[in-house]
Amino acid sequence: MADALHTLSAAELGRRLAAGTLTSRALCEALIVRYQAVNEKVGAFTHLDHVDVLAQADASDARRKAGQGRGPLEGIPVAIKDNIAVKGQPLTCSSKMLAPLVSPYDSHVAERLRAAGAILYGRLNMDEFAMGSSTENSAVRKTFNPWDLARIPGGSSGGSAAALAAGLVPLSLGSDTGGSIRQPASHCGVVGLKPSYGLISRFGLVAFASSLDQIGPMARSIEDCELLLNALASADARDMTCFGPSDRTLTPAGEAKQLRIGIPKGFLGKGVAPEVAAAVNAAVEFYRAQGCAISEVELPSADLAVPTYYVVATAEASSNLGRYDGVRYGHRSASAGTPVEMMTASRSEGFGPEVKRRILLGTFVLSAGYADAYYVRALRARAKIRAEYLAALAGVDVLLTPTVPTPAFKVGEKASDPLQLYLEDIFTIPANLAGLPAISVPCGKSGHLPVGFHLVGAPLSEAKLLAAGRLFEAAHGFAHQQAAL
Amino acid sequence: MSTSPSDWEVVIGLEVHVQLHTRAKVFASSPWGFGKEPNEQVDPVVLGLPGTLPVVNREAVEKSILFGLVVGAEIPERCAWDRKNYFYPDNPKNYQLTQKDFPIVVGGQVEIELPGASRNVMGEHKFIRIHHAHLEEDVGKLSHAGSGSLVDYNRAGVPLLEIVTEPDLRSSAEAEAFLRSLVAMLTQAGVADCDMEKGQLRCDCNVSVRRRGAEKLGTRTETKNLNSISSVRDTVIYETARQIRELEAGRSITQETRGWNAELARGYVLRDKEDAHDYRYFPDPDIPTLKISRQTVTRLAKQVPENLYDRQRRYVEKLGLPYTAASVLVNDRALAEWFELAVAAHPTNPSGIANLVANDLLRDLAASAGAAGSFDQAAPAPVSLASCPIKPAQLAGLVKLTDDGVISKQQAKEVFAEMFKSGQDAAAIVDAKGLRQNSDTGELEKIVQEVIADPAVAKSIAEYRAGNEKAINALKGPIMKRTQGKANPVLIDQLLRKFLA
Repeated sequence: MADALHTLSAAELGRRLAAGTLTSRALCEALIVRYQAVNEKVGAFTHLDHVDVLAQADASDARRKAGQGRGPLEGIPVAIKDNIAVKGQPLTCSSKMLAPLVSPYDSHVAERLRAAGAILYGRLNMDEFAMGSSTENSAVRKTFNPWDLARIPGGSSGGSAAALAAGLVPLSLGSDTGGSIRQPASHCGVVGLKPSYGLISRFGLVAFASSLDQIGPMARSIEDCELLLNALASADARDMTCFGPSDRTLTPAGEAKQLRIGIPKGFLGKGVAPEVAAAVNAAVEFYRAQGCAISEVELPSADLAVPTYYVVATAEASSNLGRYDGVRYGHRSASAGTPVEMMTASRSEGFGPEVKRRILLGTFVLSAGYADAYYVRALRARAKIRAEYLAALAGVDVLLTPTVPTPAFKVGEKASDPLQLYLEDIFTIPANLAGLPAISVPCGKSGHLPVGFHLVGAPLSEAKLLAAGRLFEAAHGFAHQQAAL
Repeated sequence: MSTSPSDWEVVIGLEVHVQLHTRAKVFASSPWGFGKEPNEQVDPVVLGLPGTLPVVNREAVEKSILFGLVVGAEIPERCAWDRKNYFYPDNPKNYQLTQKDFPIVVGGQVEIELPGASRNVMGEHKFIRIHHAHLEEDVGKLSHAGSGSLVDYNRAGVPLLEIVTEPDLRSSAEAEAFLRSLVAMLTQAGVADCDMEKGQLRCDCNVSVRRRGAEKLGTRTETKNLNSISSVRDTVIYETARQIRELEAGRSITQETRGWNAELARGYVLRDKEDAHDYRYFPDPDIPTLKISRQTVTRLAKQVPENLYDRQRRYVEKLGLPYTAASVLVNDRALAEWFELAVAAHPTNPSGIANLVANDLLRDLAASAGAAGSFDQAAPAPVSLASCPIKPAQLAGLVKLTDDGVISKQQAKEVFAEMFKSGQDAAAIVDAKGLRQNSDTGELEKIVQEVIADPAVAKSIAEYRAGNEKAINALKGPIMKRTQGKANPVLIDQLLRKFLA
């Protein structure tokens, strides 16, 4: 075979599988070889069960042989962030707290992938409980950026992005609460989409901040990203906040060259690295040259997004993470006392520092006497931000900004400065607060480090985001890019 | 019943937690029920496994709305759930889903009946206002065994409707009457079973006292987790006496949360106000605000049964029933409906039917069930009419035979016993046993004249004629003997008086 299998897109692999020139077993064997060669360096995976993967591959090949193939993802491996439940696989959120846990049930997305014939391929490293922007908060291992192994891959879906950039897997699932899909996608030079809130079921996604969390597809091309999105999006009665695409149709893409693109005023000034600004401006000029209408839009409350997010997200997290107490599952402290003492000790031992920081902050902002000043006020700010974004998106189809102000930083560089780290998500957070779909598309390099631009659309306008991304991707050389390792 | 001396007034408000009668838990599809092995009725959602989400059980929502309609409450167009955060091992998520700001039921009132001067006399009626009722989840049960602790999550996630009253109750008797009335309404509407032995109804009881005539409420205490009506009654009596004693001694009442030890019949302090939990309530982001359609409310309104006391008034005023029989019947909806079917089959004598149902039928049903039901039960244990061998129309047939003079009242008892045994129609039993009364005037006149002519009764006749009314009974025995007991006793009496006049 001319091309190494690990460099191919999911779409191309699907064509070869359909044509019978490739089997899922051969593909998975090649990826396992790649894993053995590369994962130690990159640290993207925290768990891969070769035997199980090959058994799934054989089952897929048998289905296809029997004429019972399940569609374009049949036999294609999809790696999964370690906060999404897959029956029989670890579900640890890269936390010591859940280190012994094996999920007894499938998330909705795992069921969807099985129904599509995909191979549920291994567990991906992440910031503990999805709290972080560098994957340095993983209690399991470090993940490194495949483009520069001294640098972070972004986070919290750092394993999901790094696995793609390292050619370890063609598709991966991430989760995004404030930018956790898009920011690592930007740092690793891949495509990451955070869907509209409610498009994909959260059943089986370990909650960080329930009103912000969404599972999303990550891939090395827009085409692959769309392939995976279509497999995942469906209504689910087990998630009352999920409506899927069934009762509200996704906005049709339209002609990408006629898209109206809004540039939020002032967004390119705020601490954005010159190379990042240059790459993003070049993308804007590309769209203008294609015939898109470019206009400046005002988002006056944009500065409120980061503080609002850290109140809302930590408040919900402080409650969501309450269940990890050592009573039913997960880490239990050996220093037993009364049940309540055991719970306290288990939590003190099981959670890492960033998780504790956010639980404390969230507990504080919900406390009697403070809730009105923090939590209730943050809800008002959130409503205002959402209203401003919806108003802006009434006049344009998408908003274009950098995904992250600066390229990937060095491992350890910002570890001691959480506030600096929180600014990594300054451009991505509003989409979560407003429930809007958003995508990061690779658009260039800052030196050897990838840079992405960020598109935000109105609710359920995923098709427009993908169409815009496709137009750009087709004219540039960033699709399918992988780091040399 | 109240122990409060007349210059003190006690003010009581109740929070009643009722497990709703549903197949599944309130936010999970796991079934629930009493008497299962520990942790048998759990699933990933009940256990709060990572990644699981609550889904509101429609049946629990509808039962809650039905309760609201039963008490004439407002059903708001929207309700929502909040998280109440606290750490305890019986709480699988370490937060409880409850409704703080937007409950499913707002307002309403429950009519209560206080005990009358005697069993046969109706007591005072009063209305107790409901502040609101909210739908929440129950928690598991923690128990301590040897060196460790054990937790059972079978109860976790069971739907609980918390019914909160206004502080309208003024005595332990009123609190007791309220709970009995509430239980009857909940069970009759099929909202809940309220089996207190199974912990299906638990109360928190708020008590304060004030000088009679004072407007300002006194400082209240809350006694939590009372699992029987008698515990609520005893708590009110105890707490009223304690608070009056404190105040009369010049001390003040501390706002505190208390427990109740039913065995020792005394309360104790659980925690005072300073130790009160900060539950950090906030809207649950997993459950969107629930819209309650007016069509749903209209549909459920059709399921609301006739109000207990409306029915009681109808029985007494329209059907002419004695109060005692009416009050027995209305406490059991199935029994009342059974009674009404019988009345429909024989509308001229509701009281005759009511007496048989409220006395003979209930007694025999209870005896055949082998037990009189559980004690501390708000209403008499509902008897199982499903297995009742007598059908309503059959009972009506029996009463009609008596009313038509075909059998005597004494014979009716015998026929009833036989009907209960065999399930046969009254007429068939009367015929088979040859019990049909002899009301043939001509034949009886002849027998009466023969008996009067018998010298053996001459003395009794003389005494009767001398004014001793009772002496006439001595003549009835021989007549009955000659007719094998079938003579219509009313007719015999008339004939004797005619011939002896």
